[in-house]
Amino acid sequence: MSKAFTPSAAKPGVITANDLREGHNVWMCEGGWTPDPGRATLFEDEAIADLALLKAIGQSNIVVGPYLVEARRGPNGPEPVHFREAFRQTGPSNYFHGIQTQKSEATHV
Amino acid sequence: MFDVRPVDTDYVRHRAAQFRAQVARRLDGSLTEDEFRPLRLMNGVYLQLHAYMLRVAIPYGTISPDQMRMLAHLAQHYDKGYGHWTTRQNIQFNWPRLVDIPDMLDLLASVGMHAIQTSGNTIRNVTTDAFAGAAADEFADPRPYAELLRSWSTDHAEFQFLPRKFKIAITGAARDRALVAAHDIGLRLIRHEGRTGFEVWVGGGLGRTPMLGQVIRDFLPEEDLLPYIEAIIETYNLSGRRDNKYKARIKITVSERGLDAFRADTEEEFLRRRGHFHGADRDALAQFRDRFAAPEFRKAPVAGYEAERQANPAFRSWTDTNLHPHRVDGYASVIVTFKAPGATPGDASADQMRLLADLAEKYGHSDLRIIHDQNVALPHVHKSDLPALYLALRGAGLATANAGLTSDIIACPGMDYCTLATARSIPIAQEIAEHFRAQGLEEEIGKLNIRISGCINACGHHHLGHIGILGLDRAGVENYQITLGGDGYDIPAIGQRAGAGFPAEDVVPAIDRLLRAYLDLREDASERFIDAYRRLGPAPFKAALYPEVVNA
Repeated sequence: MSKAFTPSAAKPGVITANDLREGHNVWMCEGGWTPDPGRATLFEDEAIADLALLKAIGQSNIVVGPYLVEARRGPNGPEPVHFREAFRQTGPSNYFHGIQTQKSEATHV
Repeated sequence: MFDVRPVDTDYVRHRAAQFRAQVARRLDGSLTEDEFRPLRLMNGVYLQLHAYMLRVAIPYGTISPDQMRMLAHLAQHYDKGYGHWTTRQNIQFNWPRLVDIPDMLDLLASVGMHAIQTSGNTIRNVTTDAFAGAAADEFADPRPYAELLRSWSTDHAEFQFLPRKFKIAITGAARDRALVAAHDIGLRLIRHEGRTGFEVWVGGGLGRTPMLGQVIRDFLPEEDLLPYIEAIIETYNLSGRRDNKYKARIKITVSERGLDAFRADTEEEFLRRRGHFHGADRDALAQFRDRFAAPEFRKAPVAGYEAERQANPAFRSWTDTNLHPHRVDGYASVIVTFKAPGATPGDASADQMRLLADLAEKYGHSDLRIIHDQNVALPHVHKSDLPALYLALRGAGLATANAGLTSDIIACPGMDYCTLATARSIPIAQEIAEHFRAQGLEEEIGKLNIRISGCINACGHHHLGHIGILGLDRAGVENYQITLGGDGYDIPAIGQRAGAGFPAEDVVPAIDRLLRAYLDLREDASERFIDAYRRLGPAPFKAALYPEVVNA
C-alpha cells in the first residue's frame, strides 16, 4: 500500500479516499472531492501534499481513509501508476459496475 | 419438518437499532472513523476497494426459502442485483451504501437474520457439512451441535475481543466436508464405547502461515462440548499473542507453546468450567435436535428418473456430477453450482435466489444450504422430481454439470473487490473454467479442486486446492504462484509451492500443461489428479509447469 507515499515533481501523486455515506471512491480536487479521477489535483510538492492530506483527514464527515498515492500526468488528467489504483478508478473486471459506468455516461453526454 | 426458526429476534432487532444509532452518530460527526470502525465491523460492515461490503451470517449455511427471498430483495434493492456466497457459508453484498445498511439490517432482522460476528476478533459463523442430515455417510447430524455453538457464541461477553478471529467447524460424516483440520477448532462426531462425542482438533488454519490442526482430545463426551470449547478459547484468550497481528491466531499459540502445554492448560480450565454448567446446554441441545428433525420423506417410484437419464444425455451428465448420495432410498442431495462458464464463482443474482427458494419449497422440503465451495445444495430431493428440477435450474443458467470438476473453482473476490488483495482472482478462475470447457477436457480430467486466493490471507483456500493459485503483487504487476497437492477433504494436506510465479497471461497455459501431463501420467481415469500427485510426487508435475527449466 502506498499510504506513506511522498510526492515530488518526478513522482507526483493524488489524494484519494472513500465517500463516507455512499462508499464509492473519490479524489481530492479543486474545491472538494470528485468521483472522476481525471479531475483530481496532482500534487508535486511534498509540503503542499501533506497539508492537503491533513485537510482531507479533517474532513472525516465527508470521506473515509484518505491517502496519498502515486499518479502520473496524462492527457485527460492524472492517471494511476499501480494496478490497484487502476482498478479503483475503473471498477471490477467481472461486471460493468463502479466508476467505469460513470465514465461511460460522461462520454455519452 | 426442518425448521429454520428466526434466531433471537428481539436481540437481533435491538442490535440493528443500535447500529442505526451508531451510523447516525458517525454521519453527524459524533463518532470518528476510528471509533466507528470497530462498531461497523461488529455488524459485518467492511469498507472495500470500491464500496462498503455487508457480510450476512448464514448459520452453518442453513437457510429457509423466506430468508433466501430476503437476500434476493436486498440484492435487488440495495446492491447491484446479486450477492456472493463465501467460503464460510455466508453471503456478501458488494455495493451497499452506508446510509442504507441500517434498513438492510432491519429487513434481515424481520426474518431472523443478521450480520453479527461476521467480522472482528470473535467467534465467526460455525460451519458444517452442507449435506448434514442428508448424507449417506453421515454418522450423526452435526446441526444441533452447530446451533448450540452458534447460540452460545453469539454475543458471548468473554469472547468478543479475542487476540484474533476464531473459526469452528463440525462434521458428523465419514468424509470430512467441513474442513475440520483447517479450523481453529474442528469437531468430528464419533462414537466411543457406546457414547457419542467428539474428536477435537485445534490449531488449524490457512492464511499466511498455513497449518493443519492437531487432535487435542481423542474423545470428548457430547455433554462436555461447551465447557471444553470454552476452556480451549479461554486458554487461547489468555496466552494468545496480541503483540503481533500475524502471530495472533490460535495455530501460532499452539505451535509456539506446544500442543501438550496448551492441552494441559485447557484440561485444567475445563475441570474448573465444567462445574459451572448445570444442564441448560444439554436442554438446549435436546430442543435443537427436535428442530432439526428429518422431513417426512416420501416413497415414490424412481422409474421416471431412470428413464430420463437414459433419454437425456445432458440430464444424465448433470446427475452424474451434481448429486450427492442421500441416506434415504429414492432421495438425492442436489448441488447447484454457481460456476457456469464465464460466471463469477459464487455470485448469485436476485432472480436465481428467488428461483432456488421456490424450488426448495416445491421439490426440496423447504431446505437450502450454502456450501463452503460457493455453491448451493438442496439436501433433500426425491429422484422422481429431479427431471423437473433440472429443467427449472437450466432455464436460469443453474444446471451446469460441473460439481467437483475443473471449473468448479473456489475463488475469493480478489482485487476486483477486496482492499486486502494483492491481485485479482475472478478473471483467472473465469479463464481456467472457459479454457477447459472449450478444450472439452473437463470430463476427462474428472474430479479436481482448483482454489484461488488473491492474497496470502487465503480466503480462496488455495492451500487446500489440489491445484492452488495465489495472486501476488510482484513489483507492481499481478503474479500467480501455483501450489500442488493440497487437500481439504480426504487426506488433509497443505499444498506445496511448485516454483516461481507466473504472469497473469501465463497461468492458463501453465495449468493446461499441468493437466495434460496428469492425463498422460495417470494409471487410468479413476486415478484423480491428487491421487496421481501423491503416487508420483511433485517432480513430473513441476516439469510440466516449468519445461524451460528441464530443457535448459
